[in-house]
Amino acid sequence: MPDIRKTSTQSLESLEKVSATDTDALDSEVTSVDLDLVEPITGNTATEPVKARRTRTPIGWYLAWFWIAAVVISAIFAPLLPLWDPAVPDYNNVFGGITPEHWLGGDTLGRDNLSRIIYGARASLLVGICAVLLGAVVGGILGMMAGYFRGRTERVLSLVTDVVLAFPGLVLIIAIVAILGASLTNLIVGLAILSVPTFIRLARATTLVVTQREFVHAARAYGAKPMRIILREIAPNVVMPIAAYGFIMVGVFIVVEGSLSFLGLGIPPPTPSWGGMIAGGRTQLIEYPHISLIPAAVMFLTVLAINYVGERSRKLFEVRESNL
Amino acid sequence: MAEMTISTPPTTAAPPGEAPGKAPRGARRNAAVRRVRRRLVHLLIVLIAVTFLSFVVIDLLPGDAAVVVAGDNATPAQVAQVRLDLGLDRPMIVRYIDWLGGVVTGDLGKSFRTGQPVTEALAQRIPVTFELTIVAEVLALLIAVPLAIYSAYRPGRFVDRASMTLGFGAAAMPQFVFGMVLIVLFAGGLTSILPATGYESFFTDPLGNIRTIILPCLTLMIGEAAVYRQLLRSDMISTLQEDYILMARSKGLGPRTILLRHALRPSSFSLITLSGVNIGRLLGGTVIVETLFAIPGLGQMIVQAVFNRDYMLLQGGLLFVAVAYVVINMIIDLLYLVLDPRVRRDA
Repeated sequence: MPDIRKTSTQSLESLEKVSATDTDALDSEVTSVDLDLVEPITGNTATEPVKARRTRTPIGWYLAWFWIAAVVISAIFAPLLPLWDPAVPDYNNVFGGITPEHWLGGDTLGRDNLSRIIYGARASLLVGICAVLLGAVVGGILGMMAGYFRGRTERVLSLVTDVVLAFPGLVLIIAIVAILGASLTNLIVGLAILSVPTFIRLARATTLVVTQREFVHAARAYGAKPMRIILREIAPNVVMPIAAYGFIMVGVFIVVEGSLSFLGLGIPPPTPSWGGMIAGGRTQLIEYPHISLIPAAVMFLTVLAINYVGERSRKLFEVRESNL
Repeated sequence: MAEMTISTPPTTAAPPGEAPGKAPRGARRNAAVRRVRRRLVHLLIVLIAVTFLSFVVIDLLPGDAAVVVAGDNATPAQVAQVRLDLGLDRPMIVRYIDWLGGVVTGDLGKSFRTGQPVTEALAQRIPVTFELTIVAEVLALLIAVPLAIYSAYRPGRFVDRASMTLGFGAAAMPQFVFGMVLIVLFAGGLTSILPATGYESFFTDPLGNIRTIILPCLTLMIGEAAVYRQLLRSDMISTLQEDYILMARSKGLGPRTILLRHALRPSSFSLITLSGVNIGRLLGGTVIVETLFAIPGLGQMIVQAVFNRDYMLLQGGLLFVAVAYVVINMIIDLLYLVLDPRVRRDA
């Protein structure tokens, strides 16, 4: 099925095109041309301003990292922080507004919103990160095998990929959760299964490009075994695009976990999760919008920060065909 | 599932063939026919695999459909009778082949729950989801394409920067969050100008139909528009660096002509692929929006069928979604033949 093969090469190209778009105008094509013109002329003394210009990082980069770090650190050290118990209802704080005791108010049962957001971050991050790691490792290995061995391996994997992708994703994960039962582990496994085809395609397309390179030919000429070539020569070149894409997938999975909780299929209560909190306030949406919208804003900012960092890093680490 | 993100998963597309070379005129049509035939075979394999997979998945679902259908107070004998009536006592593979035989003759069975024929249920649900999908996609393209063209024409300027920032925000916004914000803004309290939930058919109440689909379509559209703008903009920027654009400019053509007549078509292939894939995906993936806005669409039906263990209904819904996905992919593939002369020659 040569169609599929071509297919993913193109998709990588389009992926790269997306990532090649400037996340900020400073890095646009025009500027890089300017830099190329400037650099050879400038001597040692002049390199500094040029360097400063090239590496000037937009403030968003720092803000994004700051936010991610704040969420991750507070999630890790949640039990040590002076927080209310996220699971204990307080009848004086039902639908509570913002007060000195409850900085972000209370939910429909009077539980402290701030505390639930921080504990909820643990669930959301755990699901996102573990599912991506699992999916990226499995999909990456299968994808490299498909791209390196071609032939029957590739045809079978392409068919499997197509079948999984032709299945509506949310329905598949709902079915998986329904089969295995809603729990943190099952959610991670389900999301990982869902992400494997995408990682297979990405790894395969990158492998197709990398396999053409001289060092792979050289390794083959030396008589290296396929497994060694895949692990020692190809994998190091496939890891970065996968990692950059995986980073963004963490954000996607945080949203998916939220969507599942929204449908009542996420991490079962009373364990707090962002999606569960947003869904919990849904019935009071018009009267007390803060119950849903505060965790929604936290989720939004987190995904935004992850996307921003991910897009920029992907641009830095992408495989450039011009290097060939 | 990568539904609401700026990083669209790698999508299927039919890029130009690998072996360039001139083919005689007659061979061209043969190539196209061969292409269609190959796609059809692939389509058939994928469909059979998807439906079989869903049978396996359904079989693995815990809980017994017969118990669910018979009700809570049923005696074991009644449950056994129900099981016999529904044909659930037969092995899975027999049921699958039986079902497949039904599909060929246009009979998708009956809902375990309501006894309604599955084809009838699909006929009720599909137009609703289809309307949402198409309106949302058209809106997304209407917003994204002009912004992308202008951003590519003047990269780094205000329109480019502003639409990029907004797009980045839109892509990070989960659908159900955006939908809730819209409800608070337009359907709550003082500013209640649109209904928060419900659906009216266009044929019974055209105005009501438009009012009920505005918020759901906005919710579906926003993330797509962001991705489309980004994609078309970057493709267009690389097209604008081609020699023939320089040629057009040196002939004295204005920017409008160059952008719209020379650059847009060759830049739009990724966009067409992605929007096609998205239509296929949305047909089965508007569950969130349908739940939030209480719209009786296909996605809601499928999720309800999972909860209710309504296997026949679920199977029918999944069949439609898979067919839609595969067929749309094939249409896109063939669309390249129409749009890009290079593919036609190389095919």
